[in-house]
Amino acid sequence: MIRFDEVSKRYPGGKEALVRVSFELEAGEMVFLTGHSGAGKSTMMKLIILMERPSQGQVFLAGTNLSRVSRRQIPAVRRSVGVVFQNHQLLFDRTVFDNVALPLAIAGFGHREVGRRVRAALSKVGLSDKEKLFPVTLSGGEQQRVGIARAVVNKPAVLLADEPTGNLDPELSKEIMDLFHQFNQVGVTVMIATHDLGLVSRMKRRELKLDHGRLEEVAL
Amino acid sequence: MTKTPASSKSSGATTAVTSFRAKALSWASHHRRVAVESLSSLLATWLTSLMTWLVIGIALALPIILYLMLVNVAEISGEWDGQPRISLYLVHGAAETEARDLAQRLLERPDIESTSFISSVDALVEFRAISGFGDVLNTLDHNPLPAVIEIRPSTTDVSQLRLQVTSLAGYELVDSVAFDLEWIERLFAILQFGERLVAAVGFVLALGVLLIIGNTIRLAIENRRSEIEIVKLVGGTDSFVRRPFLYLGFWYGLGGAVCAWILVQGSLIFLSAPVETLAQSYRDDFALSGLGVLDSCIILGTGSALGILGALVAVSRHLKAIEPK
Repeated sequence: MIRFDEVSKRYPGGKEALVRVSFELEAGEMVFLTGHSGAGKSTMMKLIILMERPSQGQVFLAGTNLSRVSRRQIPAVRRSVGVVFQNHQLLFDRTVFDNVALPLAIAGFGHREVGRRVRAALSKVGLSDKEKLFPVTLSGGEQQRVGIARAVVNKPAVLLADEPTGNLDPELSKEIMDLFHQFNQVGVTVMIATHDLGLVSRMKRRELKLDHGRLEEVAL
Repeated sequence: MTKTPASSKSSGATTAVTSFRAKALSWASHHRRVAVESLSSLLATWLTSLMTWLVIGIALALPIILYLMLVNVAEISGEWDGQPRISLYLVHGAAETEARDLAQRLLERPDIESTSFISSVDALVEFRAISGFGDVLNTLDHNPLPAVIEIRPSTTDVSQLRLQVTSLAGYELVDSVAFDLEWIERLFAILQFGERLVAAVGFVLALGVLLIIGNTIRLAIENRRSEIEIVKLVGGTDSFVRRPFLYLGFWYGLGGAVCAWILVQGSLIFLSAPVETLAQSYRDDFALSGLGVLDSCIILGTGSALGILGALVAVSRHLKAIEPK
């Protein structure tokens, strides 16, 4: 589902974020991406949703060579991937409902279908009673769950999460991880970048470790 | 994505049609929603919006008022029906039969549409009647007025008329040829100048409106930078991101055009009484012509088009630069 082929990324200014990274993720897999901050985890996520282009090598998503994707085709690629961002990236002047509905509005779903899907996604993350609220009135964990509901509302085959438990206490972190686990159970390919090693070891999943831009597979 | 298998081929086709229809409906409803949202965002800050609308309105109203002035001047001069007239003053003592004969012969020229002969006696009667110098004329012992042949040329082209005047002066009976060519040329030039002026002022001010709207939209884009980034992050296409700003431009343009319309109609009402009094001292059937339905539609259409165009310029320059980081 996701394949990196000898991918290097050098940022302007000479910082090497990724060095000859290769790996493959099968459809339906769930994998953790670990490493110190600045190891290149976010860069890998950005390459998959074309926020960045690799300096060398190729990235494949669901069989598509992303280096052949033109600027105009980027939105379509992004719509096929659900992304949970570390800083939530919510619209603070819109209600929870409208935030979650955004990908559906972009994809052009009808009014009724949008309502149905948004409510399903919100109930999945346990925020059914908060759809009319604005994100500011929610706690950090709730905001993160709004972000998750938005990432899955379009039923993407791939779900990426960048430090989804970054600022949450252990109990909330576990709830969030359970959610990702549930999505994986129904066939979604999940990749989670985190530095919460305790959580990773408990989940007993494949782990990819980045160290100064170099990738190594951690044996289970 | 999985779909339930269609029970028959025809139902499969129906599904496809319905989904196309659903897409179109949803697209239309999204447009409606964006249009309403952008208008209500303008109305939420109505004072600021009103200022922008007024600035645009004034910029649009100026060339419209100039244009209306031009139209009205052209209408006043329309009394002179666009047909120049040439007067042939005949030599003193020309026999009336010869003169009538000349008037008849002139009719055969292709460049003359009609002629009418005014004998010196008729001319005196007419002059006495309209000039009020009857007493003075009575003291004269002979008729000072020559006989006249009035000609309506078949052309209105100034250079051809000049040639015609020279050729008419060549007839033996003709003493002099009077033709108010310069007045025609001057009026023609003034009207042409007016048209050019309206076009130039209109162009400059339209450019101004474009810049005003472009700048306003640029600020709106700047204000909603983070929203644009998020929409792009979750896969919003360029046209999806662009749409609210184009509607914003449309509303600015339309609102500005409505202001312009009100300003123009207001000025017309304000000006109509004195202008009509003035004009009616020359001509009794004059009424100031204002904006018709078509004119109003053109103003509103132009305003909206300028709004969308200004927004397009701003959007194409600034939206691409905003990418999620």
